[in-house]
Amino acid sequence: MTQIVKIKGMNKYFGKLHVLKDIDLTVEQGEVVVIIGASGSGKSTLIRCVNGLEEFESGTLEVDNHPLAPKGGNQKALAEIRKEVGMVFQQFNLFPHLTVRKNIMLAPMKVKNAAQVVANATAERLLNRVGIGNQADKYPSQLSGGQQQRVAIARALAMEPRLMLFDEPTSALDPEMIGEVLDVMRELAKEGMTMIVVTHEMGFAREVADRVIYIHEGQIVEEGKPADVFDNPQNERTQSFLSRVLAH
Amino acid sequence: MEFQFQFDWQAAIDSIPYLAKGIPYTLLISFGGLLIGFVLGIIFGLLSINKKWFLRWPATAYIEVFRGTPILVQVLFIFYGLPDLIGGPIDPLTAGIAAIALNSGAYISEVVRGGVQSIDKGQTEAGLSLGLSRSQTFWSIIWPQAFRRMIPPLGNQGIVSIKDTSLFSVIGVGELVRQGQVYIANTFTAFEVYFVVAIMYLAITLSLSLILRLLERRGLASV
Repeated sequence: MTQIVKIKGMNKYFGKLHVLKDIDLTVEQGEVVVIIGASGSGKSTLIRCVNGLEEFESGTLEVDNHPLAPKGGNQKALAEIRKEVGMVFQQFNLFPHLTVRKNIMLAPMKVKNAAQVVANATAERLLNRVGIGNQADKYPSQLSGGQQQRVAIARALAMEPRLMLFDEPTSALDPEMIGEVLDVMRELAKEGMTMIVVTHEMGFAREVADRVIYIHEGQIVEEGKPADVFDNPQNERTQSFLSRVLAH
Repeated sequence: MEFQFQFDWQAAIDSIPYLAKGIPYTLLISFGGLLIGFVLGIIFGLLSINKKWFLRWPATAYIEVFRGTPILVQVLFIFYGLPDLIGGPIDPLTAGIAAIALNSGAYISEVVRGGVQSIDKGQTEAGLSLGLSRSQTFWSIIWPQAFRRMIPPLGNQGIVSIKDTSLFSVIGVGELVRQGQVYIANTFTAFEVYFVVAIMYLAITLSLSLILRLLERRGLASV
């Protein structure tokens, strides 16, 4: 099996705050890894390190054989990594001045020099895939939150990523729209996309994840198959976290 | 004795052709200056938010100096002072355009800085995460959004600069106020002439407001 992500002994500080402590994590191709943990535990920071949106202070990080150096070193590798890694944000971060179609076409045309017709065909195919083929010429503000997030997923997929990062993709959505976004993610997972997902959707984690990782105060304290982590957590902090989030 | 003043409509109307000769100068100085000022504003505005201190500091110094000193002093300095330095005269028109350019450039730098900084950090992150370079992210994602937000304050600056050109009568540019002063010296109809001068400024600034409002409405419809 190919390892897409290899992280060893990674440490990250925000000033004096030690936000990630000796993180070791490998992700295999085709694997869906779900990271859970309380807010402020460092789970978002961890996946933001994977595509260099955050720098780390020590340790090693390799994405698809491109080694990223601490403190923002190795910009060449970073550029390669970002071409191969898609990211979906909590706040969607669609480009409000561009139509949905142009949102998706931008990166393939700018980064891969794709011809306009090709990029356009890709955009339409992906929009159909996420179920909003008829919204291509609207602006993001004209769509619902769930639709916007699906556009964001399509936008990331347009770069044909080898790995997708999801940073709490449903946390900013109204409850009735969470399902449509999770459905798209579930489909992606089924098709074999490698994914690292930070989420509070425990049902999704249990159903879709190959592996669940629990982070507490910047440390991976528990890791395993969803059934093991959810039904038989070994660490008492995992137990208390799960009892809090699963109680309702 | 009863004091009576009558607005002399005929005098006002008679002054129009002479005063109108000043309009091209007023327009040339303000719009020529503003155009250069806009370029300066983009350059220094972006430099002022650069991470590198040796780019940021000179830009900040420029902004503070030209925002912090009166434009009248600036134009007098350029017109009367600079010739000593460069060893030759500067024509009043050039001095006027330069003063508007440098002065509006400083204010527009701040407009540019504010516009760019007002765009959510998530936009940059989305661009970078898609593989776009920093400059691609800036010019295709951040700048178009920032520019739309800059239109109202840019309009403000345009109006201020148009009115600032009236000060340049002191260096003898034949702009609106200067034309008025010369005309009044012969006819002693100060009230009527300055009234017409004011109307002419108003016509120019209102046209600009109108154009900007249309531009803004078209641009903002999509955001």
